Amino acid sequence: MKITVNGDECEISSYTLSGLLEELGYTTGRIATAVDGLFVPAGLRGDQCLGEGMRVEILSPMQGG
Amino acid sequence: MRFYGTELAGGLMLGTAQYPSPESLAEAVRAARADVVTVSLRRESAGGRAGEGFWSLTRDLGVPVLPNTAGCHTVREAVTTAHMAREVFETDWIKLEVIGDSDTLQPDVFGLTEAARILCEEGFRVFPYTTEDLVVAERLLSVGCEVLMPWGAPIGSGKGLNNPFGLRMMRAHFPDVPLVIDAGIGVPSHAARAMEMGYDAVLINTAVAKAGNPVTMARAFRLAVDAGRLARDAVPMEERDMASPSTPVLGKACLV
Repeated sequence: MKITVNGDECEISSYTLSGLLEELGYTTGRIATAVDGLFVPAGLRGDQCLGEGMRVEILSPMQGG
Repeated sequence: MRFYGTELAGGLMLGTAQYPSPESLAEAVRAARADVVTVSLRRESAGGRAGEGFWSLTRDLGVPVLPNTAGCHTVREAVTTAHMAREVFETDWIKLEVIGDSDTLQPDVFGLTEAARILCEEGFRVFPYTTEDLVVAERLLSVGCEVLMPWGAPIGSGKGLNNPFGLRMMRAHFPDVPLVIDAGIGVPSHAARAMEMGYDAVLINTAVAKAGNPVTMARAFRLAVDAGRLARDAVPMEERDMASPSTPVLGKACLV
């Protein structure tokens, strides 16, 4: 299945957001997630289904003004 | 002055972007004796540790963090970013930016007030990056904001206080609302002027981070903020258009 992760198209086999994070190696670190522009809390990543063409954003703390 | 129940007495908030190194950032925060540091969220690469490293650094600073929604141009983007920031940074404080113009980075005050309404209803403590427009300010307060952060000048421009009349009006109009100059300050004298006007704090980033010596500049800003606040407390003299001799005229010799 093709989806877009942080702006890059990729082929994945997972059908949930938590599965995607594990598949792509986001197993440690402090991140926040959104799917198709909507925030998905950490506790709901296992329930968040993914489908063809969905857009996933994975963000982490960064310097800011 | 209390910001959402938290005493931030020092009057200086510091951005964390654009420093030459993490070490210089940490040293600048200490030199400025910053009350708050602003932070952001950006994309993390798979297996990346950049976010974790920065998170660790901010924790070690021992200063409250104020996440921002920098770069958001729509209400939806800003609200989603605020949700993500609350989870990552474990705070309900949010420096709300909804940008309306890419050249000036001027806030979209219509989107700003709508995003502020949504986030305040959800329990966020919103620090809105706004203009000095009094009607917009009233609207932000009416939807639940308890702090206002007008720009001094466009973000990163270093031009100082572009509209001192408008900023003075804002201070006079909202005597009990915590007010912070959020953008455009370039040198410590700008910060001193803001504090002399009665502003409660200034938020500085580029002026410190891009200085030749960020740590020394951070200290200069601390001194300026303290000086400006002291001057305000001391009640400055009134300006006048005509000269007034400071040396007494009475008793002056007649030597002509």
